[in-house]
Order: sequence, then structure tokens, then C-alpha cells
Amino acid sequence: MFALKLIFKNAFRHKFRTLLTIGSIVIALVAFGLLRTVVSAWYAGVAASSATRLVTRNAVSLAFTLPLAYKDKIRQTDGVTDVSYGSWFGGIYINEKNFFANFAVEPGSYLRLYPEYVIAPEEKEAFLRDRHGAVAGIKLARRFGWKTGDLVTLKGTVFPVNLDFVIRAIYTGRDKNTDESQFFFHWSYLDEAVKKVAPDRAGQVGFFMEGISDPLLAPRVSANIDRMFKNSLAETITETEKSFQLSFISMTEALLDVIQIVSFVVIAIIMAVTANTMSMTVRERTGEYSILKTLGFGGWRIAGLIAGESLVIVMIGCALGIAFTYPAASVFKSQLGAYFPVFNIDRRLFILDAAASALVGLVAAVFPAWKAMKLSIAEGLRRIG
Amino acid sequence: MEPIVRIRGLGKSYWRGNQPVKVLEDITFDIAQGEFLALMGPSGSGKTTLLNLIAGIDRVDSGTVTIGGVDITALSENELTGWRAMNVGFIFQFYNLIPVLTALENVELPLLLTGLSKKERLEHARAVLKLVGLEDRMDHYPGQLSGGQQQRVAIARAVVTDPVILVADEPTGDLDRAAAEDVLTLMENLNGQLGKTIIMVTHDPRAASRAHVLRTLEKGVLT
Ligand SMILES: Nc1ncnc2c1ncn2[C@@H]1O[C@H](COP(=O)(O)OP(=O)(O)OP(=O)(O)O)[C@@H](O)[C@H]1O
Ligand SMILES: [Mg+2]
Repeated sequence: MFALKLIFKNAFRHKFRTLLTIGSIVIALVAFGLLRTVVSAWYAGVAASSATRLVTRNAVSLAFTLPLAYKDKIRQTDGVTDVSYGSWFGGIYINEKNFFANFAVEPGSYLRLYPEYVIAPEEKEAFLRDRHGAVAGIKLARRFGWKTGDLVTLKGTVFPVNLDFVIRAIYTGRDKNTDESQFFFHWSYLDEAVKKVAPDRAGQVGFFMEGISDPLLAPRVSANIDRMFKNSLAETITETEKSFQLSFISMTEALLDVIQIVSFVVIAIIMAVTANTMSMTVRERTGEYSILKTLGFGGWRIAGLIAGESLVIVMIGCALGIAFTYPAASVFKSQLGAYFPVFNIDRRLFILDAAASALVGLVAAVFPAWKAMKLSIAEGLRRIG
Repeated sequence: MEPIVRIRGLGKSYWRGNQPVKVLEDITFDIAQGEFLALMGPSGSGKTTLLNLIAGIDRVDSGTVTIGGVDITALSENELTGWRAMNVGFIFQFYNLIPVLTALENVELPLLLTGLSKKERLEHARAVLKLVGLEDRMDHYPGQLSGGQQQRVAIARAVVTDPVILVADEPTGDLDRAAAEDVLTLMENLNGQLGKTIIMVTHDPRAASRAHVLRTLEKGVLT
């Protein structure tokens, strides 16, 4: 108790210095938290993807299409329970800054395959009935203030057509990591429009989505589908939705690595800041530590006082850092939500914060504590006079 | 009666670069139980060095220092640390109190190394502060006390563990006349009434006159 009191009093002897140190720890931990959340947000699409869904695309690349005619053949493959298809539309709403994901799908089968998009029955009905209807996620609708019945025009980028839609339904996510900022509409509407201006591009789809009866069948079903189209004009690659998502992410993998590294660099920086504070502190208190030694306090006790003080400072910073991570994340989300449809702080982050902080506190104390331990009393006392 | 401090053939040098500088040479003397000894001598003569060696905060190069029957030159660093806590009370020129602790807490500090309970520690510390006349200043921080009062707290801290010897390095060196007299009277009482053995280094002849025995150190030789 006495030692704890002494540690706390010592920690706040130089209030300004201690507050600056705590401040830098708080900033660093908030940055650390945001960076780590960015990484997991990036992977959230993967986490949300289902193991019972496969995606078939052109073997050459995503930029190439597949004939719609493949659908029936795929449907007949053993283990396939449902097939849907779609194309990435990549339309722009008013201007490029309003980026969001939008694509054309076969609506009935798509909604069957994606039960995590929850839509009120009457809205679903209205969407299926209206070929110019579209569905928006609740987050997207909020972002632009859309309600059902609103008119929305998307300028084509991949396709040379502009499409006018009526918002017929707004979905919410069934799970926490369901993306609530998607926009999708009837593939047939797109195809019809494309037929008028670029007839050779009609009847083509970007990808097929298959539901399978058992996740364990995924490798066999994929292989069977791809075998069917071997040596045809458009060969296919079929993979689980997870690996499909991952292949998107792998493009940015290097960037994610950089973010991961930077997040740990941030920790290294607070280690340096704290170590600096602690060595300044210990240098100033050389005389006092000599007195304690004179009175019979052993080197380890003094090391304990120093490590304790370092931990107190760092852990206060850690607690505040954790407290500020939520507001910081919500600011981040409001600014960049379009790029990170799912931006949730993982509670495990705080365990990582606490562990990293404890490590920082101890490591920062090692050198100063060692110096204080080996300090000769006679030398230390001489410095007071 | 067996002397409480027995010093035999004590030698100590410091290294200046790779040149050894002899500070103390072949010092042999005894201090009797209950003695109040003043050690004088010009600056740089080795008084502080000798005191540190007796108190076990520095190491001899040669010779032995036996205190209360224990040859402290034969103790390991850890044993010596533990020995100091139980056997020596220190009084310094600059009081050397811990500034973030109150007078009471400063006096309680050395008792943390004993097996006493919190209650017992506080009882002891209060009693000793009363002894030095500071019962109404217990909750003051060192910064709120005068030099003389701080030195009295330091004396309380030195005696609270009931050590075998008290060592004081120029205890009045930083005090004005009146405060110095108070401190010396207090030390005299500790010696006279409680029978504490005191070894005091001083430059001040008036302080030295309060002691029973006067030794002078000159160029490393005791006379
Ligand atoms: N750590 C050290 N390294 C080198 N020389 C030292 C060291 N400590 C003390 N000395 C030298 O030893 C000699 C004696 O020092 P000491 O402090 O014991 O003198 P003193 O009698 O206490 O002097 P003062 O009255 O000024 O306090 C001095 O010449 C001093 O410079
Ligand atoms: Mg001296």
C-alpha cells in the first residue's frame, strides 16, 4: 500500500511531463486501434461470406464475362441447389465522390442465396415486380436520404448506359458484419439497355453465384463446374465466396501489411517516449534512490518502484486510449464509411492494447531500473551535495 | 567492554583515471558503546569516506570494520543492505527526506523493511516524531518545513529502527546557529538518555564541542 502510494505520488511529481507522456500514449493507442480496425474492416467482407456459396467467373479475369447460357448447365451440376448471376455495374451517383458498390443481379435467386439481406415482405414483393426497381442497404439509404419510391439515376462506367431506378426496398443486415451499403437491381433491365447500344455485350454476365447443399462439397462442385467449360470459349474459375473475396483483398494485401507494420511502429514509438520519460525521471532522482538504498532498500525494490511508476503512467494512458477509441472510430466511420461498410471495433483490440501497454511499461523501465540498481550509494550521495 | 565499532588496518583509494589516489591509509581505532564521537579535519581529508565505510555504504580496499561483533567487510552486497537497515541510522547534511512523503511517512519508511504491522509502524513513527518535538508537523511535507525541522525529521527517521550506531555527516552544515543548537541538543539527548552511539563528522568546532571524543583526520591519517 505504502509502495503503491509512493509510486502514484512519484508518477505525478512532474505533472506536465507525465501528462504529455500519457497524452502521447493515448494518441498512439487510438491510432493503433484505428489502424487495426481498418485491417479487420478490410477482411470483414471475407468474414461475412458464406462457405455454402460458390462464385464462378471468367478464368481470364474479372473484367471478362461469361455467357448467360452457362446457367442451366451449372444448375444441373450435382450438389448445386440454386444459381444466381450478376454483373458489376460500377455506376456513379451524381459524382464520383459518392462511391458505393452497385450491381445487376437476377433478383429472385439472389435474394434466396443471400438471406442475410433482410427485407420487409411487401417491399420485396414491390422490388421483384418492378423491373426498374432497386434495393439499397439501410446505411446507403441513410447516407443519401433515400426512401422507397425515390428515383435514382446511375451513370454507367463499365457499360455505356445510364439507368434510372425507383428504390423499392431497403434492406438491413441480419448479422453485425453484413454489409449494409450495397445497391442492386434487375439484371434484365441492364441487359435490355445494353442490347440497344452494344448488342454484342448483351446476354453476358460477370459472375454466377451458386448455393451448395454442403460446404464440404465445395471443392468437388467447383471442379465439376470448371471441367464442364474446359476448352470452351470462356473457361471458368469457381471458388468459394471466401476465396473470391480474398482474391479482391490480395490486391491490397501489401497495403494491409504496411498498415499492420505501422500499427506496431506506433507501439515502438510510445515505448521510446516512455523510456525517455523514465530515464529522465530516474536521473533526477538518483540522490533519492541512494537514500533509499542507504536505508536498506535493495536494488530490486527500487527497480520495482521504477517499473511500477512506468506501468502507472502507461496504464493510465492505456485506459484513456481505450476510452477514446470509440469516439475516434465513429468520427473515422462518418468520414470514410463508404470505403469501410463494416467498421466495428473488435473487443479483442482492448486486450491487445492492454498487453502492449504493459509490455511498453515494463520495457521502458528496464534500462532506468538497471541503472538505479547498480548505482553506487557513495557516488549517488556525493551528487546530492 | 568490547567496543561497538572496531576498525583495523583500514585502507581506501579512489581511482582517478588509472592513477590510484590514497584517501585513507592503515586506520585503526575503536569506538565504545554509547560514545558520542566527533570527527574533524580539513576538506578532502577523507571524513565522509571513513564514515561511509563504517556505515557500510562503501567498500574498503583493505582492513576490517567490525560493528556489534559483525565484520561488515565480509558481507555480500545483499547482506550489507539488510544489515544497514537494522543497524545504522543516517543523518545527512541536506536532510535527504523524500519530498513526496509527509514527515510521518518519511519516518515510517525504514520500518517498511521490518516485520511490523501498519499500526505498529505508525505508533513507532509518531512516538519518535514526538521525541524530536514535531508531533504537530507530522502531516507536513518536507517543503513545508524549515531546515532545522527537516533535520529533526531526518533524525527521527534515523532512530526509528533503533539502530546500533548513528552516523551523521555534517548534520548542522546547512543550518543557522539556533537550528544547529537544537539539532545538537537533540543528538546529545539521544546519546545521553537513550545511549545511542553517535559518529558525527563536522567542520564546526562548536558542534564538535558537544561530543565526548574528538578525532581529527588529516591526509588520511587519524590523530
Ligand atoms: N568517487 C570518488 N572518486 C574519486 N575520488 C574521490 C571519490 N570520492 C572521494 N574522493 C576523493 O577522496 C578524498 C576524500 O573525500 P571525502 O569526501 O571523504 O572528504 P571529506 O573529508 O569528507 O571532505 P569534505 O569536508 O569536503 O566533505 C577527496 O580528495 C576526494 O576528492
Ligand atoms: Mg565530507
